[in-house]
Amino acid sequence: MAETNKKTKLKNPFEGIIDKLFIMFENKIYLYGFFAELVIFLVIFPNTSSRFTQEIMTNLFFYVVVCLGLNIIVGYAGLLHLGYAAFFAVGAYTTGILSSRMGMDFWLTIPFSIVAAVIAGLAIGFPTLRLRGDYLAIVTLGFGEITRLTIRNLDVTGGAIGLIGIQRPEFFGITLNQISHFYYMFFILAIIAIIVSHRLENSRMGRAWEYIREDEDAAAAMGINVVTSRLYAFVIGSSFGAVAGSFFAAKMTAISPDSFMFIHSVMFLMAVVLGGMGKIPGVVLGSILVVLIPEVARGIGPYRLLIFGFLLLIIMLYRPQGIWPEKPTISTDE
Amino acid sequence: MALLEIKDLTLRFGGLCAVNALSLEIEEGSIRSLIGPNGAGKTCVFNCLTGFYKPSDGEMLFQGQSLVNKKPHIITYMGMARTFQNLRLFKGMSVLENVMSGMHCRTSAAFLTTTLRTKGQREEEKHIREVSEECLDFVGIHDKKHFIASNLPYGDQRKVEWARALATQPKMLLLDEPAAGLNKDEKSRLIELMHRIRDEREVTIFLIEHDMGLVMKISEKIFVIDYGVKIAEGTAQEVRDNPKVVEAYLGKEEEEETA
Repeated sequence: MAETNKKTKLKNPFEGIIDKLFIMFENKIYLYGFFAELVIFLVIFPNTSSRFTQEIMTNLFFYVVVCLGLNIIVGYAGLLHLGYAAFFAVGAYTTGILSSRMGMDFWLTIPFSIVAAVIAGLAIGFPTLRLRGDYLAIVTLGFGEITRLTIRNLDVTGGAIGLIGIQRPEFFGITLNQISHFYYMFFILAIIAIIVSHRLENSRMGRAWEYIREDEDAAAAMGINVVTSRLYAFVIGSSFGAVAGSFFAAKMTAISPDSFMFIHSVMFLMAVVLGGMGKIPGVVLGSILVVLIPEVARGIGPYRLLIFGFLLLIIMLYRPQGIWPEKPTISTDE
Repeated sequence: MALLEIKDLTLRFGGLCAVNALSLEIEEGSIRSLIGPNGAGKTCVFNCLTGFYKPSDGEMLFQGQSLVNKKPHIITYMGMARTFQNLRLFKGMSVLENVMSGMHCRTSAAFLTTTLRTKGQREEEKHIREVSEECLDFVGIHDKKHFIASNLPYGDQRKVEWARALATQPKMLLLDEPAAGLNKDEKSRLIELMHRIRDEREVTIFLIEHDMGLVMKISEKIFVIDYGVKIAEGTAQEVRDNPKVVEAYLGKEEEEETA
């Protein structure tokens, strides 16, 4: 590996390993075996680790869910979204308000939170999805800030202090209040998010998004409704964020507008872009980097964020398309 | 009744009149060509028909239904498919995926059936694949279905575009300069393919072409336009002998002398 790095500076350090993995995983037994081992490892993980590591892993799973949702909008549909934290906030506050003010059971609040996200997604998407590229980015950025400021100034959302006393969810008679409970909850959520993303990607809808991203006019000429397809991506992506927000609210039991700042939207977007837009393993890898690098670098104290930023800069300079490589493709040369 | 009927179609860009009161009719099961010098407004006519441009005036009837103010995807759904003058393939995707795009408007799986992967959705996916492979087979590049579209030679990319248009299961196919960039051999195969599309698939063909040899060979009837106005209509022989057509292509003798 070190040698290839020296020869071509631009070579992705992961490429060699990942190419070999691609070849190995052509054999499905290896692929499923690998997944099975990974799942077993992650299932027994809480028994062998500290609460602190469990907390980080829970945060990682949370990032995977949110970033896969954002990936549907940014990666699949190719719409730059700079206010994703707003959708996450919509979910968290829907659950927060229904649970702390009306005493509704946590699981019942999830459909409401999805409905709220769909409405918010339509409200922002319908008038703006005719815009292209940068304009949409500005509108979503504005939407993110408007949502946060609205939450901050409304009575029902508890203003700047936020909401407290959000009820813990119950699961078959067990009240989920340990970090390991949430670890498993977000773990399951992440797996669901991966499966749903994977199925969408390899479907009629997923392909429609890809066609539109490649060539909007040609896609329209092939009978694809560009606006509706984009709206779908927007609404589905928003729903992912809202569900993650609901679980976030249940885990924290208290939420405030500070959890939904612009920087959070940026971190989510960064995880997606870093790993590789539109690629599920890429998004997972991006989430791992964004969550773990600051934690691993905790030892070096005040400079850790500086180093984090520096690392991101290097990755983006050498790998603007994301770390995860493209699938090997057949060309006429072969 | 004609399959496609255009009445007084007019398209203006500011002061420029790209298409001027154009009227024509195309019968079902025919092959028709639209020719004219560069900039005559041929592609504009196609763009009006497929909903990419909004005509300023006039009426377009396809199977008796108006095409005016319809979005491109609706028009494709109604049974009119097109190819582009400059290839517009989905470059980064495989040949098969490119062709599968044509099936989009004939299928319906949405979010819930997709995430639950219901029986209906899986069968639909299988159906999309089968129809697409059949279309690839029809144009003769089935063996290259897993190649990335942009890696194919030019002639094959053209074929992918036809297969993609055929996958929308059209009644009528608009071909914008289908022979551009093809060699002689490929052109003769193109003529054969067009006949097969018309005869075996019962698709009416309307094409724009600069290659006069090809146009004369294939079309039963030709429309000639210049500066957006129809100047002639008829068989290859009639059009060739029409003085207005000769003038449009070669210029008027007296004018050149005075100029």
